[in-house]
Amino acid sequence: MNTLTHTWFMMERLIRHLIRQPIYIGLTLFQPLIWLLLYGQLFKRVVELPGFGANSYITFLTPGIVCMSALFSSGWTGMGIIRDLQTGVIDRFLVSPASRFAIIGGRLANLAVTIIVQSTILVTLGFLLGARFPGGLLSVLVLMLCAVLLAMPFGSLSLAMALAVRKEESVIGAVNFILLPLTFLSPVFMSPGLMPSWINRVASLNPVNWSVSAARAALMGNTDWAMIGFRIASLAAFGVFGAWLATRSFRAYQRSI
Amino acid sequence: MLAGMADEPAPHIAVTSPPPDDAAIVVQDLVKTYPKGPRALDGLSFSVHTGTIFGLLGPNGAGKSTAIKILTTLSRPDSGSAFVAGFDVLKQPQNVRLSIGCVSQKSGVDMESTGRENLALQGRLYGLKGSALTSRIEELLERFHLTASADRVARTFSGGMQRKLDVAMGLIHRPKVLFLDEPTTGLDPEARAELWTEIGRLAEEGLTILLTTHYLEEADRLAERLAIIDRGRLVAEGSPDRLKSELRGDSITIDLFEAASEQSIKAAAARAIQITEVRLDGLQVHARAAHGASALPALLAALEAEGVKAASVKLARPSLDDVYLRHTGRTFEEAEKGSA
Repeated sequence: MNTLTHTWFMMERLIRHLIRQPIYIGLTLFQPLIWLLLYGQLFKRVVELPGFGANSYITFLTPGIVCMSALFSSGWTGMGIIRDLQTGVIDRFLVSPASRFAIIGGRLANLAVTIIVQSTILVTLGFLLGARFPGGLLSVLVLMLCAVLLAMPFGSLSLAMALAVRKEESVIGAVNFILLPLTFLSPVFMSPGLMPSWINRVASLNPVNWSVSAARAALMGNTDWAMIGFRIASLAAFGVFGAWLATRSFRAYQRSI
Repeated sequence: MLAGMADEPAPHIAVTSPPPDDAAIVVQDLVKTYPKGPRALDGLSFSVHTGTIFGLLGPNGAGKSTAIKILTTLSRPDSGSAFVAGFDVLKQPQNVRLSIGCVSQKSGVDMESTGRENLALQGRLYGLKGSALTSRIEELLERFHLTASADRVARTFSGGMQRKLDVAMGLIHRPKVLFLDEPTTGLDPEARAELWTEIGRLAEEGLTILLTTHYLEEADRLAERLAIIDRGRLVAEGSPDRLKSELRGDSITIDLFEAASEQSIKAAAARAIQITEVRLDGLQVHARAAHGASALPALLAALEAEGVKAASVKLARPSLDDVYLRHTGRTFEEAEKGSA
Protein backbone atom coordinates (compact mmCIF):
# COMPACT_ATOMS: atom_id res chain seq x y z
CA MET A 1 0.00 0.00 0.00
CA ASN A 2 2.65 2.45 1.11
CA THR A 3 4.89 1.10 -1.60
CA LEU A 4 2.40 2.03 -4.29
CA THR A 5 1.49 5.47 -2.96
CA HIS A 6 5.12 6.31 -2.30
CA THR A 7 6.07 5.16 -5.79
CA TRP A 8 3.39 7.50 -7.08
CA PHE A 9 4.79 10.43 -5.03
CA MET A 10 8.29 9.77 -6.31
CA MET A 11 7.08 9.51 -9.88
CA GLU A 12 5.12 12.74 -9.55
CA ARG A 13 8.28 14.56 -8.50
CA LEU A 14 10.21 13.26 -11.51
CA ILE A 15 7.47 14.07 -13.98
CA ARG A 16 7.40 17.57 -12.54
CA HIS A 17 11.13 17.87 -13.15
CA LEU A 18 10.62 16.80 -16.74
CA ILE A 19 7.82 19.25 -17.38
CA ARG A 20 9.95 22.07 -15.98
CA GLN A 21 12.69 21.30 -18.50
CA PRO A 22 11.07 21.82 -21.89
CA ILE A 23 14.49 21.59 -23.54
CA TYR A 24 14.93 18.09 -22.19
CA ILE A 25 11.47 17.06 -23.33
CA GLY A 26 12.25 18.54 -26.71
CA LEU A 27 15.46 16.57 -26.99
CA THR A 28 14.04 13.24 -25.86
CA LEU A 29 11.15 13.54 -28.25
CA PHE A 30 12.92 15.28 -31.05
CA GLN A 31 15.75 12.83 -31.46
CA PRO A 32 13.51 9.79 -32.08
CA LEU A 33 11.52 11.85 -34.56
CA ILE A 34 14.71 12.67 -36.40
CA TRP A 35 15.64 8.98 -36.49
CA LEU A 36 12.25 8.11 -37.88
CA LEU A 37 12.46 10.75 -40.61
CA LEU A 38 16.14 10.25 -41.40
CA TYR A 39 16.36 6.46 -41.43
CA GLY A 40 12.93 6.29 -43.01
CA GLN A 41 14.29 8.25 -45.97
CA LEU A 42 17.82 6.83 -46.02
CA PHE A 43 16.84 3.16 -46.10
CA LYS A 44 13.55 3.64 -47.91
CA ARG A 45 14.45 1.35 -50.76
CA VAL A 46 15.83 -1.60 -48.78
CA VAL A 47 12.35 -3.11 -48.89
CA GLU A 48 13.01 -3.69 -52.58
CA LEU A 49 15.74 -6.19 -51.71
CA PRO A 50 14.56 -9.73 -52.35
CA GLY A 51 13.75 -11.49 -49.09
CA PHE A 52 13.24 -8.35 -47.00
CA GLY A 53 9.68 -9.38 -46.39
CA ALA A 54 7.98 -6.01 -46.05
CA ASN A 55 6.45 -3.56 -48.49
CA SER A 56 6.80 -0.27 -46.65
CA TYR A 57 9.99 0.67 -44.82
CA ILE A 58 8.26 3.26 -42.63
CA THR A 59 5.82 0.59 -41.46
CA PHE A 60 8.80 -1.68 -40.78
CA LEU A 61 10.86 1.04 -39.08
CA THR A 62 8.30 2.65 -36.76
CA PRO A 63 8.22 -0.14 -34.12
CA GLY A 64 12.01 -0.36 -34.37
CA ILE A 65 12.44 3.33 -33.55
CA VAL A 66 9.87 3.07 -30.74
CA CYS A 67 11.90 0.26 -29.15
CA MET A 68 15.24 1.95 -29.81
CA SER A 69 14.00 5.16 -28.17
CA ALA A 70 12.68 3.23 -25.18
CA LEU A 71 16.07 1.54 -24.89
CA PHE A 72 17.99 4.81 -24.84
CA SER A 73 15.56 6.54 -22.49
CA SER A 74 16.02 3.65 -20.10
CA GLY A 75 19.78 3.94 -20.35
CA TRP A 76 19.69 7.49 -19.02
CA THR A 77 17.56 6.57 -15.99
CA GLY A 78 20.60 6.29 -13.75
CA MET A 79 21.69 9.88 -14.39
CA GLY A 80 18.94 11.36 -12.27
CA ILE A 81 19.63 9.21 -9.27
CA ILE A 82 23.29 10.26 -9.28
CA ARG A 83 22.21 13.85 -8.87
CA ASP A 84 19.84 12.87 -6.07
CA LEU A 85 22.71 11.08 -4.36
CA GLN A 86 24.94 14.12 -4.66
CA THR A 87 22.38 16.59 -3.35
CA GLY A 88 21.40 14.38 -0.41
CA VAL A 89 17.84 13.83 -1.62
CA ILE A 90 18.21 10.04 -1.44
CA ASP A 91 19.58 10.17 2.09
CA ARG A 92 16.69 12.38 3.10
CA PHE A 93 14.28 9.72 1.77
CA LEU A 94 16.21 7.04 3.63
CA VAL A 95 15.88 8.73 7.02
CA SER A 96 12.14 9.06 6.41
CA PRO A 97 9.71 6.14 6.52
CA ALA A 98 9.55 6.25 2.70
CA SER A 99 9.23 2.88 1.03
CA ARG A 100 12.71 1.82 -0.11
CA PHE A 101 11.29 0.22 -3.21
CA ALA A 102 9.58 3.48 -4.16
CA ILE A 103 12.93 5.24 -4.52
CA ILE A 104 13.78 2.85 -7.38
CA GLY A 105 10.19 2.15 -8.39
CA GLY A 106 9.34 5.84 -8.80
CA ARG A 107 12.10 6.16 -11.37
CA LEU A 108 10.94 3.11 -13.30
CA ALA A 109 7.34 4.32 -13.21
CA ASN A 110 8.48 7.69 -14.52
CA LEU A 111 10.39 5.88 -17.27
CA ALA A 112 7.29 3.89 -18.22
CA VAL A 113 5.19 7.05 -18.49
CA THR A 114 7.86 8.76 -20.57
CA ILE A 115 7.99 5.81 -22.95
CA ILE A 116 4.22 5.64 -23.37
CA VAL A 117 4.14 9.33 -24.29
CA GLN A 118 7.15 8.96 -26.57
CA SER A 119 5.68 5.90 -28.31
CA THR A 120 2.32 7.55 -28.87
CA ILE A 121 4.00 10.47 -30.60
CA LEU A 122 6.25 8.21 -32.68
CA VAL A 123 3.39 5.98 -33.81
CA THR A 124 1.34 9.04 -34.74
CA LEU A 125 4.22 10.47 -36.75
CA GLY A 126 4.84 7.09 -38.37
CA PHE A 127 1.18 6.96 -39.37
CA LEU A 128 1.41 10.45 -40.87
CA LEU A 129 4.47 9.32 -42.82
CA GLY A 130 2.48 6.43 -44.27
CA ALA A 131 2.99 3.54 -41.86
CA ARG A 132 -0.03 1.24 -41.67
CA PHE A 133 -0.56 -1.45 -39.07
CA PRO A 134 -2.92 -4.27 -40.01
CA GLY A 135 -2.89 -5.43 -36.36
CA GLY A 136 -4.92 -2.35 -35.41
CA LEU A 137 -5.10 -0.52 -32.13
CA LEU A 138 -4.57 -3.62 -30.01
CA SER A 139 -1.27 -4.24 -31.77
CA VAL A 140 -0.18 -0.67 -31.03
CA LEU A 141 -0.83 -1.40 -27.35
CA VAL A 142 1.28 -4.54 -27.69
CA LEU A 143 4.04 -2.36 -29.17
CA MET A 144 3.88 -0.04 -26.17
CA LEU A 145 3.95 -2.97 -23.80
CA CYS A 146 7.01 -4.35 -25.58
CA ALA A 147 8.71 -0.94 -25.41
CA VAL A 148 7.99 -0.54 -21.69
CA LEU A 149 9.05 -4.11 -20.95
CA LEU A 150 12.30 -3.52 -22.82
CA ALA A 151 12.92 -0.32 -20.86
CA MET A 152 12.33 -1.76 -17.39
CA PRO A 153 15.36 -4.09 -17.25
CA PHE A 154 17.67 -1.60 -18.93
CA GLY A 155 16.38 1.19 -16.68
CA SER A 156 17.07 -1.05 -13.70
CA LEU A 157 20.56 -1.86 -14.94
CA SER A 158 21.24 1.83 -15.45
CA LEU A 159 20.10 2.53 -11.88
CA ALA A 160 22.15 -0.38 -10.56
CA MET A 161 25.22 0.93 -12.30
CA ALA A 162 24.60 4.52 -11.20
CA LEU A 163 24.27 3.42 -7.58
CA ALA A 164 27.46 1.42 -7.83
CA VAL A 165 29.75 3.87 -9.64
CA ARG A 166 28.04 7.16 -8.74
CA LYS A 167 29.63 8.96 -11.67
CA GLU A 168 27.63 10.41 -14.53
CA GLU A 169 30.50 9.89 -16.99
CA SER A 170 30.45 6.14 -16.41
CA VAL A 171 26.74 5.94 -17.13
CA ILE A 172 27.15 7.96 -20.32
CA GLY A 173 30.00 5.67 -21.38
CA ALA A 174 28.04 2.51 -20.67
CA VAL A 175 24.97 3.73 -22.54
CA ASN A 176 26.98 4.45 -25.66
CA PHE A 177 29.14 1.37 -25.36
CA ILE A 178 26.34 -1.12 -24.77
CA LEU A 179 23.09 0.22 -26.16
CA LEU A 180 24.21 1.22 -29.63
CA PRO A 181 25.65 -2.22 -30.49
CA LEU A 182 22.52 -3.87 -29.03
CA THR A 183 20.44 -1.78 -31.39
CA PHE A 184 22.43 -2.81 -34.43
CA LEU A 185 22.52 -6.45 -33.36
CA SER A 186 18.73 -6.51 -33.66
CA PRO A 187 16.16 -6.15 -36.42
CA VAL A 188 15.48 -2.47 -35.62
CA PHE A 189 16.65 -1.31 -39.07
CA MET A 190 17.09 -4.52 -41.00
CA SER A 191 14.95 -7.54 -41.70
CA PRO A 192 16.26 -10.68 -39.94
CA GLY A 193 16.02 -12.48 -43.27
CA LEU A 194 18.82 -10.30 -44.64
CA MET A 195 21.05 -10.19 -41.58
CA PRO A 196 24.24 -12.32 -41.49
CA SER A 197 23.60 -15.55 -39.70
CA TRP A 198 26.00 -14.74 -36.83
CA ILE A 199 24.10 -11.54 -36.11
CA ASN A 200 20.87 -13.53 -36.14
CA ARG A 201 22.35 -15.89 -33.58
CA VAL A 202 23.46 -13.03 -31.34
CA ALA A 203 20.12 -11.31 -31.84
CA SER A 204 18.24 -14.32 -30.54
CA LEU A 205 19.77 -13.54 -27.13
CA ASN A 206 19.23 -9.81 -27.45
CA PRO A 207 16.25 -8.35 -25.53
CA VAL A 208 16.03 -5.54 -28.11
CA ASN A 209 15.29 -8.22 -30.68
CA TRP A 210 12.67 -9.87 -28.45
CA SER A 211 10.91 -6.56 -28.07
CA VAL A 212 11.10 -5.41 -31.70
CA SER A 213 10.15 -8.72 -33.28
CA ALA A 214 7.22 -9.32 -30.94
CA ALA A 215 5.90 -5.80 -31.51
CA ARG A 216 6.43 -5.96 -35.27
CA ALA A 217 4.70 -9.32 -35.55
CA ALA A 218 1.69 -8.00 -33.65
CA LEU A 219 1.53 -4.82 -35.74
CA MET A 220 1.64 -6.81 -38.98
CA GLY A 221 -1.42 -8.73 -37.84
CA ASN A 222 0.60 -11.86 -37.17
CA THR A 223 -1.47 -14.10 -35.00
CA ASP A 224 1.38 -16.21 -33.69
CA TRP A 225 0.52 -15.20 -30.13
CA ALA A 226 2.59 -18.03 -28.70
CA MET A 227 5.77 -16.50 -30.15
CA ILE A 228 4.71 -12.99 -29.13
CA GLY A 229 3.79 -14.20 -25.66
CA PHE A 230 7.09 -16.02 -25.24
CA ARG A 231 9.07 -12.91 -26.19
CA ILE A 232 7.05 -10.76 -23.79
CA ALA A 233 7.58 -13.32 -21.02
CA SER A 234 11.31 -13.31 -21.74
CA LEU A 235 11.38 -9.53 -21.44
CA ALA A 236 9.47 -9.72 -18.16
CA ALA A 237 11.90 -12.31 -16.81
CA PHE A 238 14.82 -10.11 -17.78
CA GLY A 239 12.98 -7.26 -16.03
CA VAL A 240 12.82 -9.25 -12.81
CA PHE A 241 16.55 -9.88 -13.06
CA GLY A 242 17.17 -6.14 -13.59
CA ALA A 243 15.00 -5.21 -10.62
CA TRP A 244 16.85 -7.72 -8.45
CA LEU A 245 20.17 -6.26 -9.48
CA ALA A 246 19.02 -2.68 -8.86
CA THR A 247 17.74 -3.65 -5.40
CA ARG A 248 21.06 -5.29 -4.58
CA SER A 249 22.95 -2.27 -5.76
CA PHE A 250 20.74 0.00 -3.65
CA ARG A 251 21.37 -2.16 -0.58
CA ALA A 252 25.09 -1.98 -1.25
CA TYR A 253 24.81 1.80 -1.41
CA GLN A 254 22.98 1.83 1.93
CA ARG A 255 25.70 -0.28 3.48
CA SER A 256 28.36 2.09 2.19
CA ILE A 257 26.86 5.19 3.86
CA MET B 1 37.19 10.41 33.45
CA LEU B 2 36.46 13.87 34.76
CA ALA B 3 36.44 14.26 38.50
CA GLY B 4 34.08 17.19 38.28
CA MET B 5 31.38 15.05 36.78
CA ALA B 6 31.03 12.64 39.66
CA ASP B 7 28.00 14.45 41.01
CA GLU B 8 26.22 14.37 37.67
CA PRO B 9 23.66 11.72 36.73
CA ALA B 10 26.52 9.84 35.04
CA PRO B 11 25.12 9.60 31.53
CA HIS B 12 27.50 7.28 29.81
CA ILE B 13 27.89 4.35 32.11
CA ALA B 14 26.83 1.19 30.33
CA VAL B 15 23.04 1.19 30.43
CA THR B 16 21.24 -1.98 29.56
CA SER B 17 18.08 -1.69 27.48
CA PRO B 18 15.48 -0.28 27.77
CA PRO B 19 16.91 3.20 28.04
CA PRO B 20 16.03 5.57 30.85
CA ASP B 21 12.71 7.33 30.39
CA ASP B 22 14.05 10.84 30.42
CA ALA B 23 16.67 10.21 27.75
CA ALA B 24 15.65 11.03 24.18
CA ILE B 25 18.88 9.59 22.83
CA VAL B 26 21.08 6.92 24.36
CA VAL B 27 24.26 5.90 22.60
CA GLN B 28 26.17 2.91 23.91
CA ASP B 29 29.63 1.98 22.80
CA LEU B 30 29.20 2.55 19.07
CA VAL B 31 31.95 1.28 16.84
CA LYS B 32 32.00 1.80 13.10
CA THR B 33 34.79 1.21 10.63
CA TYR B 34 34.38 1.98 6.96
CA PRO B 35 36.04 -0.37 4.49
CA LYS B 36 39.50 0.93 3.67
CA GLY B 37 38.90 3.82 6.04
CA PRO B 38 40.01 4.66 9.53
CA ARG B 39 37.82 3.75 12.49
CA ALA B 40 35.12 6.41 12.34
CA LEU B 41 33.65 5.61 15.75
CA ASP B 42 35.68 3.93 18.43
CA GLY B 43 33.36 3.17 21.33
CA LEU B 44 31.24 6.30 21.47
CA SER B 45 28.72 6.65 24.31
CA PHE B 46 26.58 9.53 25.45
CA SER B 47 22.99 10.35 26.21
CA VAL B 48 20.71 13.29 25.62
CA HIS B 49 17.92 14.37 27.93
CA THR B 50 14.50 15.03 26.49
CA GLY B 51 13.87 18.64 25.58
CA THR B 52 17.48 19.80 25.53
CA ILE B 53 19.96 20.86 22.89
CA PHE B 54 22.95 18.57 22.92
CA GLY B 55 26.03 19.49 20.94
CA LEU B 56 28.49 17.08 19.40
CA LEU B 57 31.61 19.11 18.92
CA GLY B 58 34.66 17.99 17.08
CA PRO B 59 36.84 18.75 14.08
CA ASN B 60 36.01 17.42 10.62
CA GLY B 61 36.50 13.68 10.56
CA ALA B 62 36.02 13.24 14.32
CA GLY B 63 33.05 10.92 13.75
CA LYS B 64 30.17 13.35 14.30
CA SER B 65 28.44 12.68 11.01
CA THR B 66 28.92 8.94 11.35
CA ALA B 67 27.21 9.08 14.74
CA ILE B 68 24.30 11.03 13.25
CA LYS B 69 24.00 8.58 10.36
CA ILE B 70 23.70 5.68 12.78
CA LEU B 71 21.18 7.49 14.99
CA THR B 72 19.03 8.39 12.00
CA THR B 73 19.02 4.75 10.73
CA LEU B 74 21.00 5.65 7.64
CA SER B 75 23.96 3.57 8.62
CA ARG B 76 24.58 0.60 10.90
CA PRO B 77 27.32 0.32 13.50
CA ASP B 78 29.73 -2.61 13.65
CA SER B 79 28.86 -2.98 17.32
CA GLY B 80 27.18 -1.09 20.11
CA SER B 81 23.59 0.08 20.40
CA ALA B 82 21.57 3.25 20.25
CA PHE B 83 18.07 4.31 21.25
CA VAL B 84 16.23 7.31 19.88
CA ALA B 85 12.89 8.41 21.33
CA GLY B 86 12.79 5.08 23.16
CA PHE B 87 13.27 2.95 20.05
CA ASP B 88 16.22 0.78 19.15
CA VAL B 89 17.79 2.15 15.95
CA LEU B 90 18.81 -1.34 14.89
CA LYS B 91 15.66 -3.26 15.80
CA GLN B 92 12.94 -0.64 15.33
CA PRO B 93 14.26 1.62 12.57
CA GLN B 94 10.80 2.46 11.23
CA ASN B 95 9.64 3.72 14.65
CA VAL B 96 12.80 5.78 14.92
CA ARG B 97 12.23 7.28 11.46
CA LEU B 98 8.73 8.36 12.41
CA SER B 99 10.01 10.08 15.55
CA ILE B 100 12.91 12.03 14.12
CA GLY B 101 13.54 14.95 11.84
CA CYS B 102 16.86 15.23 10.15
CA VAL B 103 18.79 18.02 8.53
CA SER B 104 21.97 16.63 7.10
CA GLN B 105 25.07 18.35 5.87
CA LYS B 106 24.20 17.46 2.29
CA SER B 107 20.95 19.44 2.33
CA GLY B 108 18.39 17.05 0.83
CA VAL B 109 16.29 19.79 -0.68
CA ASP B 110 15.13 18.91 -4.17
CA MET B 111 16.48 21.90 -6.09
CA GLU B 112 14.13 21.44 -9.05
CA SER B 113 10.99 21.56 -6.93
CA THR B 114 9.47 24.57 -5.21
CA GLY B 115 9.63 25.13 -1.48
CA ARG B 116 6.01 24.13 -1.14
CA GLU B 117 6.47 20.99 -3.23
CA ASN B 118 9.47 19.95 -1.18
CA LEU B 119 7.46 20.28 2.01
CA ALA B 120 4.45 18.51 0.51
CA LEU B 121 6.44 15.47 -0.66
CA GLN B 122 8.18 15.23 2.68
CA GLY B 123 4.85 15.45 4.53
CA ARG B 124 3.21 12.82 2.33
CA LEU B 125 6.01 10.36 2.98
CA TYR B 126 5.14 10.66 6.68
CA GLY B 127 1.48 10.04 5.94
CA LEU B 128 0.21 13.60 6.13
CA LYS B 129 -2.46 14.56 3.64
CA GLY B 130 -5.33 16.87 2.81
CA SER B 131 -5.95 19.99 4.81
CA ALA B 132 -3.75 18.82 7.69
CA LEU B 133 -0.81 18.77 5.29
CA THR B 134 -1.70 22.09 3.67
CA SER B 135 -2.06 23.92 6.95
CA ARG B 136 1.15 22.41 8.32
CA ILE B 137 3.00 23.58 5.19
CA GLU B 138 1.63 27.12 5.54
CA GLU B 139 2.55 27.16 9.22
CA LEU B 140 6.15 26.16 8.52
CA LEU B 141 6.53 28.52 5.57
CA GLU B 142 5.33 31.32 7.82
CA ARG B 143 7.57 30.34 10.67
CA PHE B 144 10.68 30.29 8.52
CA HIS B 145 9.74 33.41 6.55
CA LEU B 146 9.52 31.50 3.31
CA THR B 147 5.91 32.22 2.37
CA ALA B 148 6.82 34.80 -0.26
CA SER B 149 9.19 32.44 -2.07
CA ALA B 150 7.23 29.24 -1.47
CA ASP B 151 6.38 28.76 -5.12
CA ARG B 152 9.83 29.37 -6.45
CA VAL B 153 12.10 26.48 -7.40
CA ALA B 154 14.55 25.85 -4.55
CA ARG B 155 17.50 26.25 -6.91
CA THR B 156 16.78 30.00 -6.88
CA PHE B 157 16.91 30.23 -3.05
CA SER B 158 19.82 31.77 -1.18
CA GLY B 159 21.93 29.45 0.99
CA GLY B 160 20.17 30.66 4.11
CA MET B 161 16.73 30.11 2.60
CA GLN B 162 17.64 26.61 1.44
CA ARG B 163 18.84 25.76 4.91
CA LYS B 164 15.65 27.10 6.47
CA LEU B 165 13.61 25.04 4.02
CA ASP B 166 15.74 22.07 5.02
CA VAL B 167 14.91 22.58 8.69
CA ALA B 168 11.23 23.12 7.88
CA MET B 169 11.22 19.82 5.95
CA GLY B 170 12.71 18.10 8.97
CA LEU B 171 9.89 19.42 11.14
CA ILE B 172 6.91 18.71 8.89
CA HIS B 173 5.72 15.66 10.84
CA ARG B 174 6.32 17.21 14.29
CA PRO B 175 9.21 14.95 15.27
CA LYS B 176 10.27 14.41 18.87
CA VAL B 177 13.96 14.54 18.12
CA LEU B 178 15.66 16.75 15.57
CA PHE B 179 19.12 16.04 14.20
CA LEU B 180 21.03 18.97 12.83
CA ASP B 181 24.29 17.99 11.19
CA GLU B 182 26.44 21.11 10.82
CA PRO B 183 23.37 23.27 10.24
CA THR B 184 25.14 26.55 9.71
CA THR B 185 28.13 25.43 7.66
CA GLY B 186 28.48 27.65 4.62
CA LEU B 187 26.01 30.27 5.82
CA ASP B 188 26.84 33.93 6.10
CA PRO B 189 26.91 35.40 9.62
CA GLU B 190 23.48 36.95 9.29
CA ALA B 191 21.80 33.74 8.15
CA ARG B 192 23.68 31.86 10.84
CA ALA B 193 22.42 34.16 13.58
CA GLU B 194 18.87 33.83 12.27
CA LEU B 195 19.07 30.05 12.28
CA TRP B 196 20.51 30.07 15.80
CA THR B 197 17.53 32.03 17.02
CA GLU B 198 15.18 29.59 15.36
CA ILE B 199 16.98 26.55 16.81
CA GLY B 200 16.78 28.12 20.27
CA ARG B 201 13.05 28.63 19.86
CA LEU B 202 12.52 25.00 18.83
CA ALA B 203 14.22 23.80 21.99
CA GLU B 204 12.04 26.08 24.07
CA GLU B 205 9.04 24.34 22.54
CA GLY B 206 10.26 21.05 23.97
CA LEU B 207 12.02 19.50 21.00
CA THR B 208 15.14 17.47 21.71
CA ILE B 209 17.90 18.58 19.38
CA LEU B 210 21.17 16.87 18.62
CA LEU B 211 23.45 19.30 16.89
CA THR B 212 26.85 18.62 15.44
CA THR B 213 29.17 21.46 14.78
CA HIS B 214 32.77 22.29 14.34
CA TYR B 215 32.15 25.89 15.34
CA LEU B 216 33.08 26.36 18.98
CA GLU B 217 30.99 29.48 19.10
CA GLU B 218 27.91 27.66 17.90
CA ALA B 219 28.28 24.89 20.46
CA ASP B 220 28.86 27.43 23.20
CA ARG B 221 25.88 29.47 22.24
CA LEU B 222 23.27 26.77 21.59
CA ALA B 223 24.06 23.60 23.46
CA GLU B 224 23.04 23.02 27.04
CA ARG B 225 25.29 20.00 27.11
CA LEU B 226 28.22 19.15 24.97
CA ALA B 227 30.20 16.10 24.06
CA ILE B 228 33.58 16.73 22.60
CA ILE B 229 34.58 13.94 20.29
CA ASP B 230 37.93 13.31 18.78
CA ARG B 231 38.93 10.36 16.57
CA GLY B 232 35.62 8.62 17.16
CA ARG B 233 35.78 8.79 20.94
CA LEU B 234 34.17 10.97 23.53
CA VAL B 235 36.84 12.98 25.27
CA ALA B 236 34.72 15.24 27.46
CA GLU B 237 31.08 15.77 28.27
CA GLY B 238 29.15 18.34 30.24
CA SER B 239 27.63 21.78 29.95
CA PRO B 240 29.83 24.29 28.11
CA ASP B 241 30.27 26.21 31.36
CA ARG B 242 31.20 23.12 33.30
CA LEU B 243 33.68 22.00 30.71
CA LYS B 244 35.28 25.39 30.78
CA SER B 245 35.34 25.58 34.55
CA GLU B 246 37.24 22.31 34.67
CA LEU B 247 40.18 24.12 33.22
CA ARG B 248 42.54 25.99 35.44
CA GLY B 249 39.65 28.35 35.91
CA ASP B 250 38.72 31.86 34.92
CA SER B 251 41.41 34.41 34.51
CA ILE B 252 41.28 37.60 36.60
CA THR B 253 43.27 40.64 35.53
CA ILE B 254 43.49 43.60 37.91
CA ASP B 255 45.08 46.88 36.92
CA LEU B 256 46.59 48.71 39.91
CA PHE B 257 46.70 52.45 40.61
CA GLU B 258 50.23 52.25 41.93
CA ALA B 259 53.01 49.74 42.30
CA ALA B 260 52.60 47.11 44.98
CA SER B 261 54.93 44.53 46.47
CA GLU B 262 54.85 40.94 45.34
CA GLN B 263 54.57 39.98 48.99
CA SER B 264 51.36 41.90 49.65
CA ILE B 265 49.75 40.46 46.54
CA LYS B 266 50.65 36.90 47.59
CA ALA B 267 49.29 37.57 51.08
CA ALA B 268 46.03 38.91 49.68
CA ALA B 269 45.66 35.91 47.37
CA ALA B 270 46.26 33.56 50.28
CA ARG B 271 43.55 35.24 52.29
CA ALA B 272 41.09 35.02 49.40
CA ILE B 273 41.16 31.22 49.53
CA GLN B 274 39.56 30.57 46.13
CA ILE B 275 42.50 31.98 44.19
CA THR B 276 44.57 29.18 42.73
CA GLU B 277 47.31 31.13 41.08
CA VAL B 278 48.59 34.69 41.28
CA ARG B 279 51.33 36.65 39.56
CA LEU B 280 52.33 40.33 39.58
CA ASP B 281 53.39 41.83 36.30
CA GLY B 282 54.22 45.52 36.67
CA LEU B 283 50.98 47.27 37.45
CA GLN B 284 48.92 44.20 36.62
CA VAL B 285 47.87 41.32 38.82
CA HIS B 286 47.05 38.06 37.00
CA ALA B 287 45.09 35.55 39.02
CA ARG B 288 43.10 32.41 38.38
CA ALA B 289 40.08 31.02 40.18
CA ALA B 290 37.70 28.14 39.49
CA HIS B 291 34.78 30.54 39.70
CA GLY B 292 36.07 33.99 38.91
CA ALA B 293 32.89 35.84 39.70
CA SER B 294 32.62 34.50 43.25
CA ALA B 295 36.35 34.73 43.99
CA LEU B 296 36.70 38.28 42.81
CA PRO B 297 35.01 40.21 45.68
CA ALA B 298 37.10 38.34 48.27
CA LEU B 299 40.29 39.03 46.32
CA LEU B 300 39.49 42.72 45.98
CA ALA B 301 38.68 42.95 49.70
CA ALA B 302 41.93 41.19 50.59
CA LEU B 303 43.94 43.52 48.35
CA GLU B 304 42.20 46.48 49.94
CA ALA B 305 43.17 45.15 53.36
CA GLU B 306 46.81 44.97 52.17
CA GLY B 307 46.52 48.57 51.04
CA VAL B 308 46.59 47.75 47.32
CA LYS B 309 44.09 49.74 45.26
CA ALA B 310 42.57 48.36 42.08
CA ALA B 311 41.90 50.65 39.13
CA SER B 312 40.04 48.20 36.89
CA VAL B 313 39.20 44.54 36.84
CA LYS B 314 38.76 42.10 33.97
CA LEU B 315 37.31 38.61 34.26
CA ALA B 316 37.51 36.11 31.38
CA ARG B 317 35.99 32.66 31.11
CA PRO B 318 38.06 30.01 29.40
CA SER B 319 36.88 29.25 25.87
CA LEU B 320 35.91 25.91 24.40
CA ASP B 321 39.13 26.20 22.47
CA ASP B 322 40.96 25.82 25.77
CA VAL B 323 38.73 22.87 26.63
CA TYR B 324 39.46 21.18 23.34
CA LEU B 325 43.18 21.72 23.73
CA ARG B 326 43.18 20.27 27.20
CA HIS B 327 41.28 17.12 26.29
CA THR B 328 42.85 16.26 22.98
CA GLY B 329 46.29 17.76 23.28
CA ARG B 330 45.88 19.81 20.13
CA THR B 331 44.10 23.00 19.33
CA PHE B 332 40.91 22.85 17.39
CA GLU B 333 42.52 24.55 14.44
CA GLU B 334 45.35 22.05 14.32
CA ALA B 335 42.86 19.19 14.41
CA GLU B 336 40.88 20.73 11.56
CA LYS B 337 43.98 21.13 9.45
CA GLY B 338 45.18 17.64 10.28
CA SER B 339 41.97 16.12 8.96
CA ALA B 340 41.78 18.22 5.85
